[in-house]
Amino acid sequence: MSHFRPLSTLALTLGMLTLPSFVSLAGDWPQFRGPDSTGTAADAKIPDQPKIDWSAPLPGRGLSSPIVVAGKVFVTCASGPKQERLHLLCFNAADGARIWERELQATGRTMTQGKNSVAACTPCSDGRRVFAIWSSNDMASFDLDGNLLWVRGLTVDYPNASNSLGMASSPIVIGETVVTMIENDSESYSLGLDANTGRNMWKLERPKAANWTSPVPWRADAKSPPVALLQSTKGLLAVDATSGSRLWEFAQGASTMSSSVVASGIIYTPASGVVALSPNANNAPPAELWHSKQINPNTISPLVLDGRLFSINGAGVITAADTKTGSAQWKLRVAGPFSGSPVGAGSRLLVVNEKGLAQVVDITAPSGAVLGKLQLPLNQETKELVLCTPALEGSHIYVRSDSALWRLGD
Amino acid sequence: MHFRMPWLFTSAGTRSIETRAIRPVENPRDGAHDMRFILPRMKHFLAILLLASTANLHSAPTDALNTLAAVGREGAGNEAAGAAWKAVVQAGPSGLPALLAETGKGSAVADNWLRLAGDVIVANALRAKQPLPLAEVEAFIADTSHTAPARRLAFDLLQQADRARADALQPSLIQDPVQELRRGAVQRIIDAAKTQTADGAKGDYLRALDAVRDEDQTKLVTAELRKLGVPVDLPRHFGFLTKWNVIGPFDNTERKGFDTVYPPEKEIRLDAAYDGKGAQVKWTPFESSDEYGKLDFNKPFGMQKEATAYAVTTFDSPVERDAELRLGGKNAWKVWLNGAFLFGRDEYHRGQQMDQYKLKCHLKKGANTILVKCCQNEQKENWTVEWEFQLRMCDGAGTAILSANAGTK
Repeated sequence: MSHFRPLSTLALTLGMLTLPSFVSLAGDWPQFRGPDSTGTAADAKIPDQPKIDWSAPLPGRGLSSPIVVAGKVFVTCASGPKQERLHLLCFNAADGARIWERELQATGRTMTQGKNSVAACTPCSDGRRVFAIWSSNDMASFDLDGNLLWVRGLTVDYPNASNSLGMASSPIVIGETVVTMIENDSESYSLGLDANTGRNMWKLERPKAANWTSPVPWRADAKSPPVALLQSTKGLLAVDATSGSRLWEFAQGASTMSSSVVASGIIYTPASGVVALSPNANNAPPAELWHSKQINPNTISPLVLDGRLFSINGAGVITAADTKTGSAQWKLRVAGPFSGSPVGAGSRLLVVNEKGLAQVVDITAPSGAVLGKLQLPLNQETKELVLCTPALEGSHIYVRSDSALWRLGD
Repeated sequence: MHFRMPWLFTSAGTRSIETRAIRPVENPRDGAHDMRFILPRMKHFLAILLLASTANLHSAPTDALNTLAAVGREGAGNEAAGAAWKAVVQAGPSGLPALLAETGKGSAVADNWLRLAGDVIVANALRAKQPLPLAEVEAFIADTSHTAPARRLAFDLLQQADRARADALQPSLIQDPVQELRRGAVQRIIDAAKTQTADGAKGDYLRALDAVRDEDQTKLVTAELRKLGVPVDLPRHFGFLTKWNVIGPFDNTERKGFDTVYPPEKEIRLDAAYDGKGAQVKWTPFESSDEYGKLDFNKPFGMQKEATAYAVTTFDSPVERDAELRLGGKNAWKVWLNGAFLFGRDEYHRGQQMDQYKLKCHLKKGANTILVKCCQNEQKENWTVEWEFQLRMCDGAGTAILSANAGTK
């Protein structure tokens, strides 16, 4: 790895010289399912009766989530007859004005299942830069002003890395490493990329199986650097984000669709239900605290809020489970169906179904209760759907469809 | 037909995405390799830094453009490219012609560096109300000797800068050698046909059929022409190969057949018999009647699971030339052209699409042998019944290349 250091240092120095010195601000929603991929934000507030603050047109399809960084909203799209045009757009979070747009040409395959889109992966940010990837495995980094920092074409580099149903894993950034999972039936791997240059820091061969889950950061304690958790059909692998070295593994199998969530150091992994894992200090396999089949996340990722684990199944039933035992405490049917995952803040859970109905759930009610609803004005002519996971920032909610980005507020 | 292929698993020497899969992936930790690539470029890198800080707004930064075009595999050259990109953008609109000229000379990833620079140059110029060299851009589009990615980019930049001007140019691209540039012109004819009487529409749709290359537009034009009583030969339009000899089944238990070298990969002898899966197998002629050229192995072999089969055909090219062999399929497959392995993919039942895989290849004059291996796996769901592929020969614009012996096996 030493050969990377002089150039990385130089690039970093250049970056410091040429980039504004942004720092990640409290309240940002910097990646898929927000800070630490938890689906929650400590300082956010979900309005009980959300209303549309503004909407902005989008130039292409997508089910990636918006992210919010330093007062800007970033969202990806794909357009063109084969979804071969890849867009990254930046909006002013305050009023929805488009600040800039960048467009790449897909260099990898753009075939997806009909409901899926090439813009399925949510970008991530470290507060200074945005790292965007599409199903074609094209990846690019920009500063917050839209200046290009680097580009990769991961299917050009690894030509059998693709999924004919579409790729959907969203990257995360840990320190100076962007962790991205390019896992599929054929040339399957995960990468740690130098955030400054986009070059490989490590490349890990992974199980040859289609995988739509996203990496999740996990910390042994507040002082320890986060490690990356890579989920697959084999289970859950913890890797050092800087070196890519394997730290520990849960090898009992896991979902390839809904991703894990971490709360208070415990990992809740979808695996024929949900399994709660407590990692050991010595990198031994994690202890299995419980395995509950009462919770069925299906394709949707769970979250932990107020000491309970929440998941939605395919039928639109929210299950609230005790994080200590995995026992279901209550179930609440809401209007589905869902593709996006729930997000939460305080005592409120927000779910947006495919038909664009946003529903706010009070989790303090004895069996949960829907407090408010808002129907988004979807394009009926194109039968568009809302397939993304919402983003939270302050008292605002950000949601996108194939044609529009909305900010919802009080 | 009886010949041997002793040179199996050699590269056909093409640069398509698919073809590169057969090469070993470079070890990302191979520091010696990285530094060998990077150190000679440090000189460029420092020159570009200087250029970026003192950018001459009236000249094209040649070194910077070269640096972007030189970006290689696994991000090699990204370090220098970041600064070069800024230099190119700072050079402004006067650098656009040089930027376009550089596009298509490196990799597709390098083209994205250039595309994003062109995109920002135009956006900045529009915001600053700076003039853009649109006449030069138009002339660049008109010159078909330029690379396809460069001409696509030029058209996109023209659209971004002046939509009306791009719209005015579009009809002239109806027979363009770049597939993507034809599309808009074809769509105009289709839209015009919808407003015509039957006779007028028929003429328009026939003109559209002559130019159309995209599957969705072709389907639409074909449907309209057939309603008007005009026959359309889709296999011929697209160049699907429909006449094959097939052999199988061979074993694919635990999906091991994909990597197992069965006799058809060692020799093509149409009169031979081999040990197959549970019985002797022989080559038999098989012709697909599917309009999109799908060769369904379930028809000659029955509904098999965990089975491998081969199809072989001869493509007679009147001249030696470059071509694209385009394949669609939802089973694991491998393809050889004249004994040289082109590409293979071990994905099952994730979806099928026409032109799903585009394999750049080179046809020799005369008989060219195309061998396809197609594997069915163990899955039992009703969406895993298909055991098929479709294959066509065309040029880069998707225009069919027909075999001189079309109709023979």
